[in-house]
Amino acid sequence: MLGKPSRTGRALQYLALAGYLIFLGFPLVWLLSTAFKPPRELVQLHPSLIPSNPTLQNFVQAFTEQELGRAAWNSLQVSLASAVLTVLVAMPASYALARFKSKLGTVALGWVLLSQLFPFVLLIIPIFLVLRQAGLANSHAGLVLIYVVWALPFALWMLQGFVRNIPRELEEAASVDGAGRLQVLRRVVFPLLAPGLVATALFSFISAWNEFFFALVLIKTPELQTLPVALARFVGIEGTARLGPLAAGSLLATLPSLIFFAFMQRRLSSGSLAGAVKG
Amino acid sequence: MTTVQERPDVARGGRARSRDRTTIYLLLLPSLLPVLLLSVFPLLRGIYLGFTDARAGRNVEANFTGLDNYKELLTDELFWNSFKIGLLWAFGVTVLQFVLALGLALLLNQQLRFRGVARVLAVVPWAMPPVVVGILWKLVYHPDAGLLNEFFHRIGADGLRTNWLGDFSTALPAVIIVGVWAGMPQTTVVLLAGLQGVARELHEAAAVDGASTWHRFRHVTLPAIMPVVVAITSLDFIWNFNSFGLVYVLTAGGPGGKTMLPMLFAYEEAFRYGNYGYAAALGNVMVVIIVALLAVYLRRRLREAN
Repeated sequence: MLGKPSRTGRALQYLALAGYLIFLGFPLVWLLSTAFKPPRELVQLHPSLIPSNPTLQNFVQAFTEQELGRAAWNSLQVSLASAVLTVLVAMPASYALARFKSKLGTVALGWVLLSQLFPFVLLIIPIFLVLRQAGLANSHAGLVLIYVVWALPFALWMLQGFVRNIPRELEEAASVDGAGRLQVLRRVVFPLLAPGLVATALFSFISAWNEFFFALVLIKTPELQTLPVALARFVGIEGTARLGPLAAGSLLATLPSLIFFAFMQRRLSSGSLAGAVKG
Repeated sequence: MTTVQERPDVARGGRARSRDRTTIYLLLLPSLLPVLLLSVFPLLRGIYLGFTDARAGRNVEANFTGLDNYKELLTDELFWNSFKIGLLWAFGVTVLQFVLALGLALLLNQQLRFRGVARVLAVVPWAMPPVVVGILWKLVYHPDAGLLNEFFHRIGADGLRTNWLGDFSTALPAVIIVGVWAGMPQTTVVLLAGLQGVARELHEAAAVDGASTWHRFRHVTLPAIMPVVVAITSLDFIWNFNSFGLVYVLTAGGPGGKTMLPMLFAYEEAFRYGNYGYAAALGNVMVVIIVALLAVYLRRRLREAN
């Protein structure tokens, strides 16, 4: 785009690219390598970049000893519930926002931007008090509610974009044919909206799966802990041999969002979802 | 809200319109209710708490104390210390993030080999939960088993080996680098999208006129992507200022408070010492500061654009 650079210019560009690849890639390689190293290699005085005797032991240990298995199960339940609930709640609202001109739409969008501005610390104390009053403070249900509310503004914004892409004529044609409003929604809008619903569900799932702060503050019972909190607790247990299971658990915790990003790659690279996922 | 839709009820009478209105509210209700209850209300309540002496515990009454919390904050050395660290962190991370992301975006926008690999790698950190990013870098910075110290050993620079996150002088720079690593992908993707929107013809015309690469970047590319730059740097700054999980996992504010970001400080005040009112006041101050800094930044950008 910047025209044809000279030979040295090209060389410098590749040098810079190599620098970026090292900065971005090496920490990831290190996580992978640590996850597959047997204890003997972990405590070695001078660790190697590639494990000489790779093992799956760390993964087994992470799940049995540190109760990461239970935490992962908790995270899965909470994230799935959040995803389903977000879609159910956002679907009708996004339809209303996309199809009817209403001041509420502007207000909703304003709220998306405004809510970014406020630190969680300001929200967490009143939320904690509200949830405690409802008896939901130390429960998955309370956590799910917060995750849905937290994901909603962006989910609405994203989903109403999908609704707008469905030609209005299709709906009109169906209603001319005598279909009622609900029938139009079910037969015409809903099937065409499926990709948007999947994207919204995935977004909500990942934000819940990655979330740390609310889970840290609201969940007090160790049995109810979610994966990020359990991993963070795990960090406190020092000892070099522990790093293996820690790395293995971290790797597994990343898988869902990696899958999500692979799924969204094309949209992401076009920039239309930039600003989507922020932990 | 960019395109104005035709109202389906324009041609019909008032009865249809009011029926539509009922439909809208019914459709919006399931979203509106939880947002009001768990987002709008807590926010207003949180702002109010900042003007009270609320403390943890069940039947503790909160009294309105006006500006007392803020007077206390003014003389609280720990707060000022954390505030300074917060600014260093937020500015440091945002600026580095932007510069590095712009460089990478410019590279990715060219026909280079390994571009595909770089594109994938550039997105992976974004896909990681903040807690995992923290753990990952703890492994890199680990004093005995860490990648960084081992690297310095291999190149024969054992003197540079140190406890990166535990040393007073290296802790803050070390966490800033992690912040840059974690946030760079998103900024890169956004800037790349901006670059791809720059019209080719402008570049070609400038090249024909004999403008150097730097000149073309300065006078063609940069002005064209300026709106994107302003948007993403503003958002980055807000996110960085309010960031919590990453540094909580890396250092928990240590060593000796050297990485005690304002949000970590507020968290400790609220949930370790139970000073809800004081912590909320701190939150209020942070919001005011962010808004003020953004206002200055956006006004300057706007003036430059005109």
